[in-house]
Amino acid sequence: MKPVVIIGAGPAGIRAAQTLVAHGVRPVLVDESARGGGQIYRRQPANFKRSPVTLYGFEARKANALHQTIDELRRQIDYRPDTLVWNAEGGALDTLHDGRAARLEFSRVIVATGATDRILPVPGWTLPGVYSLGAAQIALKFQGCAIGERVVLAGSGPLLYLVAYQYAKAGATVVAVLDSSPLGAQARALPGLLSLPGTLAKGIYYRSWLTAHGIPVHQGATLNRIDGQRRVQSLTWSDAKGQHPLECDAVAFAHGLRSETQLADLLGCAFAWNPLNRAWLPIRDRACRSSVAQVYLAGDGAGIMGADAAELAGERAALALLEDIGHTIAPQHPERLERALERIGNFRQGLERAFAFPEGWPAGISDEVMICRCEEVRAGDIRQVVREGHWEINRVKAHCRVGMGRCQGRMCGAAAAEIIAGESRREVSDIGRLRAQAPIKPLPFGLEIEA
Amino acid sequence: MIDVDAVIIGGGIVGASAALFLGKAGQRVALLERDFCGSHSSGVNYGGVRRQGRPLSQLPLSQRAHAIWAQLPQWIGIDGEYQRSGHLKLARSLDDWRALQDYADSSQGFGLALQLFDRAQLRARFPWVGDVAVGASYCPDDGHANPRLVSPAFAQAARRHGVQVHEQCAVTAVEHDGQRFRVLTQTGLQLRAPWLLNCAGAWAGSLAAQFGEPVPMHSGHPAMLVTEPLPLVMDASTGVEGGGIYARQVARGNCVLGGGQGFAQDESRARPGQGAVLDILRQAVELYPFLQGAQAIRTWSGTEGYLPDRQPVIGHSRTRPGLLHAFGFAGAGFQIGPAVGQALTEIICSGASTTPLDAFSITRFHSISAA
Repeated sequence: MKPVVIIGAGPAGIRAAQTLVAHGVRPVLVDESARGGGQIYRRQPANFKRSPVTLYGFEARKANALHQTIDELRRQIDYRPDTLVWNAEGGALDTLHDGRAARLEFSRVIVATGATDRILPVPGWTLPGVYSLGAAQIALKFQGCAIGERVVLAGSGPLLYLVAYQYAKAGATVVAVLDSSPLGAQARALPGLLSLPGTLAKGIYYRSWLTAHGIPVHQGATLNRIDGQRRVQSLTWSDAKGQHPLECDAVAFAHGLRSETQLADLLGCAFAWNPLNRAWLPIRDRACRSSVAQVYLAGDGAGIMGADAAELAGERAALALLEDIGHTIAPQHPERLERALERIGNFRQGLERAFAFPEGWPAGISDEVMICRCEEVRAGDIRQVVREGHWEINRVKAHCRVGMGRCQGRMCGAAAAEIIAGESRREVSDIGRLRAQAPIKPLPFGLEIEA
Repeated sequence: MIDVDAVIIGGGIVGASAALFLGKAGQRVALLERDFCGSHSSGVNYGGVRRQGRPLSQLPLSQRAHAIWAQLPQWIGIDGEYQRSGHLKLARSLDDWRALQDYADSSQGFGLALQLFDRAQLRARFPWVGDVAVGASYCPDDGHANPRLVSPAFAQAARRHGVQVHEQCAVTAVEHDGQRFRVLTQTGLQLRAPWLLNCAGAWAGSLAAQFGEPVPMHSGHPAMLVTEPLPLVMDASTGVEGGGIYARQVARGNCVLGGGQGFAQDESRARPGQGAVLDILRQAVELYPFLQGAQAIRTWSGTEGYLPDRQPVIGHSRTRPGLLHAFGFAGAGFQIGPAVGQALTEIICSGASTTPLDAFSITRFHSISAA
């Protein structure tokens, strides 16, 4: 019999696996990483001995619980770490593990592929010493090293303050935090944020901790450019008062997160424009069912809601799956999960107001700014193609190669869409959606193929 | 109601080049494309600009196209990354080697200037070819280009010559009132013209059938992939006798490879399929050992029309005067397309093509459809 497969061993995938096992179903859990936990609860290498509190702070208890769960589950599930799912077609997933390609057929699949940073480039962002916020956090959590000694953190989103706090606490000098959200946005967002007072309190704590430790936090602050000879040496930011130079040796920046939706796309899921995420997302119902009968969507891969929601959604998706294969599930618990997810959804609305997307970004980006690193496509190249009459993103890609390289638009797609929308004077929702194509990540020639 | 001299259905390289040449000849033309011009087979094919290996009946048209390609920037305003790198056709067995020799003999007089290399000569001239090749046939003036740029540029050039180009404009109905065609589109356009050109690629069969001459066309979906940029190694576009893998390297360093068949996702979209992709990744390192360990970063496919004899249909309808067909290029329409556009233009402007088209008449399927 074909197994139930879960893709991704982060908070959503692990809770989904646990729920299935509790009902006597033994899933295959495929994960790209060596150790489960996902990005937010990423585990350090086995020979590293820092304490969970050092690594995860307030979230240590949750991280611990999740890691413990995956450790206990290992013997009850078919756990496949270090395994990339690079394609999906015909009721099967195509995997790559240790240089070997194989097919994994599934009866049903829970897609919990997570998210990456949303990057809005600035001049100098490809210099050595510039990282995404998520990458800066991974360096700290996983490898126990900072991205530099004098670090500036910029952009927007909850991760901005969390990473700043974690860096300062770990002993790095945080030169400044540059929050692009306008002054007062957070106050206006307060009603929505109050739906989860605990989470709000943590955010406030990080902010006040930074201030109490003398770390400058600037609001309404736009990162204008990053400079340096061979690596980051300084940057310029601006606010209503003018331009300000700042010396530093590393920068981490991002504007929130973006969902990893390629597998849902290859699995045939229907997509819809999601204004809150400012992205095309696979459609899911309250129970995490996608538009395709055998496919369920949980966690940030189907819309950014954070780790707590991912755990709940993983469980909800698994319960929906169990119900669909004939298990009787009492309705109270799924309903509780759905209500909890709804509360987080409300909070998320507040977060989006607090960390508003910088809609003016494309207008401020000069033609020389590199948008697509892989194919070396600059903002001006994209605009040129738009001026030739193209506005549909896949067509623009065909003409100037933006999003055509190694990352397949995972890093540059969001920024390219904003530039195209800006130049063609269309809404970013009206320029089409970058189609996913296999392989989701590069595939080597000469690989071995499992019969 | 828009009155024109010719309505062209299909904005691929065939339809767009017909539009360009007709527009240049002073004809009033409307080019209708359901999606975006050059966004299907014409724009996503492998990019081979090759005469070598074509059936002899295609070589006059192919030679004619060769002359157009020679002046590509004058026609379409861009170089389209076209380069005459040469085309190297490899033989993996002695039988295949003999087949290459036979082709070189029989194609003499068409101007391909083929050169045959035995194993030692091949090693010396193209050291990057793997040991599985026992010989090769080389056509020095064949080459490759970027179809994503070239095919849409034909439509752009047509526009500059006064052609009305309507994209995202699917045709919903075609009628003939005894004198002229009336064409209706989903966007509400009504067009009228004495000439109608069926250049709708893999989707051309329904129009032919509507006018009483159905053809046994099926769709093919070639699997293709591209590597990350690599050091420049391949100084020729390559193919393999008897089919298999074809590969070229672009100036940027990426290697483009194709081989095998994918599958249709729906009526207009296709995917390469994991089986074909893995096959390319495995086989390619035998033919081109330098690819060992390189990374494939993207795969894709398209939708191409194939007739049973793998020859296109080009020329007059035999049931409806004024209707011209040009479709079914079996995955080999990119190089020849511009010459087809020129031939269709000659039919309209001077009554007949100066290049023979007899081998491509739709009448060769009339007995089949009657049966």
